[in-house]
Amino acid sequence: MKVIFMEYTAGYYDVAVVGAGHAGCEAALASARLGMKTVVFAINLDSIALMPCNPSIGGPAKGHLVREIDALGGQMGINIDKTFIQMRMLNTGKGPAVRALRAQADKKAYQFSMKYTLEKQNNLDVVQEEVVKILESGGKVKGVVTRTGGVFYSKAVILTTGVYLRGKIIIGDVNYNGGPNGLFPANKLSESLLELGFELGRFKTGTPPRVHKNSIDFSKMIEQPGDKIIIPFSYTSRKIEREQVSCWLTYSNKKTHEIIMENLHRAPLYTGQIQGVGPRYCPSIEVKVVNFREKESHQVFVEPEGINTNEMYIQGMSTSLPADVQIKMIRTIPGLENAKIMRYGYAIEYDYVIPTQLSLTLETRKIKGLFMAGQINGTSGYEEAAAQGLVAGINAALSIKGKDPLILKRSDAYIGVLIDDIITKGIEEPYRMLTSRAEYRLLLRHDNADLRLTEIGHKVGLIDDERYKKTIKKRNMIQEEIERLKSIKITPTEENNKILEEMGSAKINTPFTLEELIKRPELDYEKIKVFDKMRPDLPKEVIEQVEIMISYSGYIKRQIAQVESFKKMENKKIPKDINYDEVYGLRTEARQRLKEVMPESVGQASRISGVNPADISILLIYLEQQKRIREK
Amino acid sequence: MKNNETIVAISTPLGEGGIGIVRMSGDKSFEITKKIFVPAKEIKDIKSRHLYLGHIIDPEKGYKIDEVLTAFFKSPHTYTREDMVEINCHGGVAAQKKILELVVKYGARIAEPGEFTKRAFLNGRIDLSQAEAVIDIIRSKTERALIQANRQLEGEFAQRVKEARSDLIQIMAHIEANIDFPEEDIPEADPVQIRNEIQKTKTRIEQMIKNLETGKMLREGLSTLIVGRTNVGKSSLLNALLKEERAIVTDIPGTTRDIIEEYININGIPIKLIDTAGIRETTDEVEKIGVERAKKYLKDAEMVLLVMDASMEITEEDRKIMDMVKNKFTIIVVNKSDIPSKIDEEEIKKIMPGKKIIRISALREQGIDELMKEIYDSIIENLGPIDENAILASQRQKKALEDAKICIDRALKALSEKMPVEIIVIDIREAWEKLGEITGDTVSEDIINAIFENFCIGK
Repeated sequence: MKVIFMEYTAGYYDVAVVGAGHAGCEAALASARLGMKTVVFAINLDSIALMPCNPSIGGPAKGHLVREIDALGGQMGINIDKTFIQMRMLNTGKGPAVRALRAQADKKAYQFSMKYTLEKQNNLDVVQEEVVKILESGGKVKGVVTRTGGVFYSKAVILTTGVYLRGKIIIGDVNYNGGPNGLFPANKLSESLLELGFELGRFKTGTPPRVHKNSIDFSKMIEQPGDKIIIPFSYTSRKIEREQVSCWLTYSNKKTHEIIMENLHRAPLYTGQIQGVGPRYCPSIEVKVVNFREKESHQVFVEPEGINTNEMYIQGMSTSLPADVQIKMIRTIPGLENAKIMRYGYAIEYDYVIPTQLSLTLETRKIKGLFMAGQINGTSGYEEAAAQGLVAGINAALSIKGKDPLILKRSDAYIGVLIDDIITKGIEEPYRMLTSRAEYRLLLRHDNADLRLTEIGHKVGLIDDERYKKTIKKRNMIQEEIERLKSIKITPTEENNKILEEMGSAKINTPFTLEELIKRPELDYEKIKVFDKMRPDLPKEVIEQVEIMISYSGYIKRQIAQVESFKKMENKKIPKDINYDEVYGLRTEARQRLKEVMPESVGQASRISGVNPADISILLIYLEQQKRIREK
Repeated sequence: MKNNETIVAISTPLGEGGIGIVRMSGDKSFEITKKIFVPAKEIKDIKSRHLYLGHIIDPEKGYKIDEVLTAFFKSPHTYTREDMVEINCHGGVAAQKKILELVVKYGARIAEPGEFTKRAFLNGRIDLSQAEAVIDIIRSKTERALIQANRQLEGEFAQRVKEARSDLIQIMAHIEANIDFPEEDIPEADPVQIRNEIQKTKTRIEQMIKNLETGKMLREGLSTLIVGRTNVGKSSLLNALLKEERAIVTDIPGTTRDIIEEYININGIPIKLIDTAGIRETTDEVEKIGVERAKKYLKDAEMVLLVMDASMEITEEDRKIMDMVKNKFTIIVVNKSDIPSKIDEEEIKKIMPGKKIIRISALREQGIDELMKEIYDSIIENLGPIDENAILASQRQKKALEDAKICIDRALKALSEKMPVEIIVIDIREAWEKLGEITGDTVSEDIINAIFENFCIGK
């Protein structure tokens, strides 16, 4: 008997989100919160907000992203604040621009807290289904079809498919089609994307084994506790006091490395079994041992996966070596001699969509209403995914409402740097956010994300009036306090100079303002209190900003000036319908690259590799020429 | 489009006659000119399109650079529709270069190739129909400038810029690895070490600036070989040209054993002088090498100064040497003209027809000015005017080096103020980018690559 695949109309929506990982959750929540009737799909609802790799959120640049997501009205910061089991501030020995929060999450708690948030959200339907096809007509997206034949019509579709697209798991000589953590892959959707004319690439990533806690001898490891004072991620979180769980540090050694070297002939990364490109910042242990042969040991962090589980994550031992080698190798490490592996490490290969096919709104240029966010765009990391998901969700909603899209500039946020990077420069490995990618790092601090972005979040509609007003009030307090410190002068009296000398600071011969004194490296806001009788009682976070802005004012001013000239070129827009074949005088390479990326501004064009300053001049002349023709 | 940056360039081909025009465009043109131009008669109100006689002075050092005619052009009735100034100078290339430097120092930047025309177009001065012509100008000028820049980048100078950049990127990669991967077991970059490293780079940059100033490293230096048989006074000639006793001058044949290179500057044209050991067959092992090298240099030389001794008749050796150089661009220098002459100039003319003969006395420094003029005229005649791009390119390089040095100084200051590393790295990065402008590569991805090459990342 011939089986006929029956399709049925399952519903009409404004926005359909395909995938409910970190990108999908933010996208679905943002869209629903902006009043869009939204549906979100997951292959398995128990895998919503799954953390298939490390059990932590944050760190340099990534922590910045979480703060920015929070300031724009996203969920990640709130959710991790509810479910972390350890919190640390990193880079405390360095300056304010690179300090960053990092939390250890209770993975399951994180997931179910997020799942429940989705379930409670108005306008949002949560459905367990595999999406197999995208519906399109006349260059516009029409909806999606699920594996069971359900047709979900929608005005916009956001693809947040993570590593599921034609996912392939590799452990030693064994490989099979699969998603992360034993889940099913999405095998059909890639075909649909290819049919629609998208160019796909293939990346690889991996994860280490998980070991049973009771089989570990922690006495041989170094304990890494959380911070005594907890600073939360979300600006909405109040003071948090919580019992924290430690992580543990141990090291690999010569014996470990010998076992790896002896078994390289069985390592898929070296046998040619793995074709996809992996991330350099997250190499497997076999790659570390091969590439840095002179290093006799590598750090191994043993991290809890949660409170109600005995699974421990073996950070630093990511591998796709065969299972028997994994056991041998792990047991050479101090404290892990009797380790029982509960889940083996694996590598996963997956399809991604070459991100230069997107515009800065994360909408594809080819099909109107089709957005993409997260690992499908070739990025890696929960935070990177969430940031894109939020932007895609917002822009899908704004586009349906007929409003101007949200495009964050490189000078506004790490999110702006992230999106501009992947869309303008393209990618050669899974993209991870690094603070060194941000030109204006000193301005894009994790401590001022609220001051930078709350207003934008409010304008978009995800931040309520109360929170907005609170931020404006904070901003004004900071400004007023700086002005006040500038206006108070300390005279060079004997008494004052004596105090200064006692604090190890040079005497003054002319009147100095309090602001000038704070600038001295050996002094700070607290220390000069003796000169400041009328000091108002200000919140800690206001004082922090005042100090940073005064201490680094020279550098901050310089970066602001650079931002001004940067913005000039960003604000010179290139019409979307520009025909580069018509632009006389461009070099072939530049013409080709411009056609591929279709930059939205002259500034963006100037960041494309293969486009030189003379090409930019020519482009400017062409744009001027077109403008004059239109004016005629 | 209103562009508030003021630009400057030398707008006449260099070397053609003595007159050259330094041209500025932008808001600050008048202001800058007022700082460096002292009119012969006091100017009450500047009249547009009016020539003023006066001098360009270096305000800091207080000395005159050149007598000039300066014209001010008030916007919008100018070529670019911005305020413009043209300084007509006649002190040759050196003066034009100096004026250009002053203008840059007081706030202008060197124009990109074709930028005056580009501004003229963007400000609506040039008709729409000419857009393609404008693009052609930019394109062709860019290409010439690129060729020029590449030519200058060959050799030692580029190597040194690259080395300086590579030092900086190592420091940056270390700091950035510490910042972005704080939990890796990478030792924290030590401030003392950072200081030492960037101090080293600073010294390098200072040396490069000095070299650019003295012209010793100007890659466009015309390679000029001084040849002649033993003891005709080659080293004396070199000394006279250099006006300093660098080469050993004795009357024992064969004391100049090594090839000596020196640089002189004639009206702004840099010339590399190469003194050779006398070209002759020799049994002395040390000298033999010198002679071999001289023969090699002869092949690569762009110009030859053949030195002959007026006090002696032409020898067999002279004839051999004349034969070797007769197909080169050669000026014949007859030395020792203060001693009664025995040389037969007619024979020289017969062997080397059409070559200029200049009589000098290197010892008494007679005829040196005539020789310099002859060298200059011959270069212009034989090689054509020098591309102004050469000067602009080297000025850009110097500016980039100076900017890089300012950044390094700021980094050192920040270090001594115990600023956090991410502040210090801002200055180091800017210095690195400035140096990259010289070599034409400033890619931030390089830093990330350096991190992964140098450190084992992978918590």
